Amino acid sequence: MLNRRELMKCSGMAALVTGLDLSRARALDAVTLPFDNGERPLVKYPQKRPMIGLTSRPPQLETPFSVFNNGPITPNDAFFVRYHLSDIPYNIDPDKFTLEIKGKVEKPLKLSLKDIKKLAPVETVAVNQCSGNSRGFFDPRVAGGQLGNGAMGNARWRGVPLKTILDMAGLRAGARQVTFNGMDRAVLEKTPDFIKALEVDHARDGEVMLAYAMNGKDLPVLNGFPLRLVVPGYYGTYWVKHLNEITVIDNVFDGFWMKSAYRIPDTPCNCVEPGTVPKTTIPINRFRVRSFITNVTDGAKLRLGNTTLKGIAFDGGKGIMEVAVSIDGGKSWTPAKLGKNLGRYSFREWQLPVTLDAGAHDLKVRATNGAGDTQPLDPLWNPAGYLRNVVETVRVTAA
Amino acid sequence: MKHPTLLALSAVAAIGLAGADAAPVSYKLPKETASFKPGPDVEVVTQNCTACHSADYVKTQPRGEKFKKDFWQAEVTKMIKVYGAPIEETDVRKIVDYLAAMY
Repeated sequence: MLNRRELMKCSGMAALVTGLDLSRARALDAVTLPFDNGERPLVKYPQKRPMIGLTSRPPQLETPFSVFNNGPITPNDAFFVRYHLSDIPYNIDPDKFTLEIKGKVEKPLKLSLKDIKKLAPVETVAVNQCSGNSRGFFDPRVAGGQLGNGAMGNARWRGVPLKTILDMAGLRAGARQVTFNGMDRAVLEKTPDFIKALEVDHARDGEVMLAYAMNGKDLPVLNGFPLRLVVPGYYGTYWVKHLNEITVIDNVFDGFWMKSAYRIPDTPCNCVEPGTVPKTTIPINRFRVRSFITNVTDGAKLRLGNTTLKGIAFDGGKGIMEVAVSIDGGKSWTPAKLGKNLGRYSFREWQLPVTLDAGAHDLKVRATNGAGDTQPLDPLWNPAGYLRNVVETVRVTAA
Repeated sequence: MKHPTLLALSAVAAIGLAGADAAPVSYKLPKETASFKPGPDVEVVTQNCTACHSADYVKTQPRGEKFKKDFWQAEVTKMIKVYGAPIEETDVRKIVDYLAAMY
């Protein structure tokens, strides 16, 4: 028999289960992203606050940009959602979930979630960002998800290093890459399943993680419950959700999502002349340096005089060393004060008091990382609309 | 009809059997409301395209002169060649014409 307290606990869980069933999308409002055809509904999904709706099946949700002004950690209910294939695992029993490790290993494994949670955990704060974040700003425009700047987020991930699991299985001689497959599938048999690959050395670097918790809670369903890959510093395409199959291979994986999709030009800037096609391409990899002003929106009217600008910056893992701000359209730059360092894969907050004269101002922000990489003043272009990291400009008027 | 008491009982049973710290999750997406604009052959478009994805995939794409017939032909070809969409040859033209005219 259950006692009263247990019963209450169970009712609470039942409420949680039923709470995930909203029978209708509530049309809350709409937003307009600042590019042509940028009208989007604000939609409410289970486990999520109102989000910018890009597509409904499979669901793709963008974080309203104001969230990034509330602190360096993106709450779970505001974290962006990106899927490729429509057959998503909607009914998941964590007690029946198994992760399989197979291929070129000494000892193939099948681990339950409990097995994984018994292993020594690690935590890391890391940004996840969609390869096509900000695609809607590309000029000329390109096909694909027309995102504003909200397909990114920063969370404290908890899980086990992928290295731990690979060491348990033991790599066999000749192991070259590791592939990752999740429970989400295509509707059609002929559609390539979403499988990604990392080089063995990267997979065993101790930083790539199998995460079961995000900001101290279970992963939201749409962010990969009950287990997802976390690849710090790398674009989100590698962060396979609902991860249940890891395969060690002795060749370079040639599946569609590595060989044909998520490729960037193999040029020094990973860019090409706008409107042209690259001769050769490589798989997308580390984040480019980015920075944003978060407390002032484009077109804002500000009070004359003193104001403090604040925002965030991040990069692919060298760590943000400097953030500089210009209030005169890029003629002069002043270093901002950096906020608390939550780790080299995290958003880094910054702020700077400025004095605005009467009139129009182009506010710009530019970050530099530990390797000296920074952001271009003019946007770089590639045909897939990836890697956007131009110095952002916010136009304001002071009066 | 869903019955709250029944759901509560099934959740209790699941937890009781497993004795684990995590309850089974049953997630339901909100009802899909996006649809294609009315126009010639919209039923052909709906039938072929929405088997795999919602209509909002189309409506959010860039607009303008550069995003007409060639653009949509390339998208439909990608759906067939890359994603294995079983679109009849006679439907391809109808779909491309509809998309170029309506979006």
